[in-house]
Amino acid sequence: MSGPSVAWYLGVAAFLFATGALGVLIRRNPLIVLLSLEIMLNGGNLALIAFARHAGNGAGQIFALTVMAVAASEVCVGLGLVVAIHRRNLDLDVDRFSELRG
Amino acid sequence: MIAASAGDILVWIVWVVAGFSCLASGVAVVSFSNPFYSALALIGNLASLAVLFLLLSAEFVAAAQVLVYAGAVMVMFLFVIAYVGPRTETPWAGGPRWQTIGAVLAAAAIFLEIIVVIGLTASDSLSDSKPVDAAFGTPAWIGELLLTDHLLAFEITSIVLLVAAVGGVILGAHTKRRQQEEASAS
Repeated sequence: MSGPSVAWYLGVAAFLFATGALGVLIRRNPLIVLLSLEIMLNGGNLALIAFARHAGNGAGQIFALTVMAVAASEVCVGLGLVVAIHRRNLDLDVDRFSELRG
Repeated sequence: MIAASAGDILVWIVWVVAGFSCLASGVAVVSFSNPFYSALALIGNLASLAVLFLLLSAEFVAAAQVLVYAGAVMVMFLFVIAYVGPRTETPWAGGPRWQTIGAVLAAAAIFLEIIVVIGLTASDSLSDSKPVDAAFGTPAWIGELLLTDHLLAFEITSIVLLVAAVGGVILGAHTKRRQQEEASAS
């Protein structure tokens, strides 16, 4: 395999995952929390694809595609929640969503 | 080893550029105060990740990343951000100071843990990857895998997407009954 070895890709994946985790923990706006969640999922995807290339096995790439589908579903539901919250004229602040019912 | 080929150097250059823009745009997503700019930075992040996928000979996944993520999902994000309206917040404020410090410490701890675990368990075996043939990562190869070995994952994914789509519609629907409920509640 030409270019950097798999360990370099794993380093990038770990940094992306940690950055996304920081965003999820630190930000108040649910939209940016969702965006940070995407970064975490993509860090996992990069690790999966790096290991798939390393092992010469296709299962990692299939798993990455599944993760992308799950991420799309999560965005769909999350944005639906954001729109529903906005329509009720509530503040978009994750700390205030302590009673999410009905 | 001394005579590194020109192709190898080129791959390194592309890797450094894509990896650096990936990390920088990831940090930008977290640190921008305007959600619109964060979403734009995430598009850059996804595009540079697609370049890294190409370097790992995952052509189909790279194409799906650009089409599905940077295309469809981000358009939906931008629509909702435009619908909700521009709301800026300062990223490092809102919440007590110990929360911010704790979050930074937790993220750093996650990063160090991953690096240490990878270094301890797999540092010897990561240097030499297996050679793969030209079909690795092509759409035909992925499609064959999806319809033979991983058929169950494929079918379950379709059900998950269907359920999420129905859930999104229900959450975002503006029915007359709910309007009456909200009017009576307020």
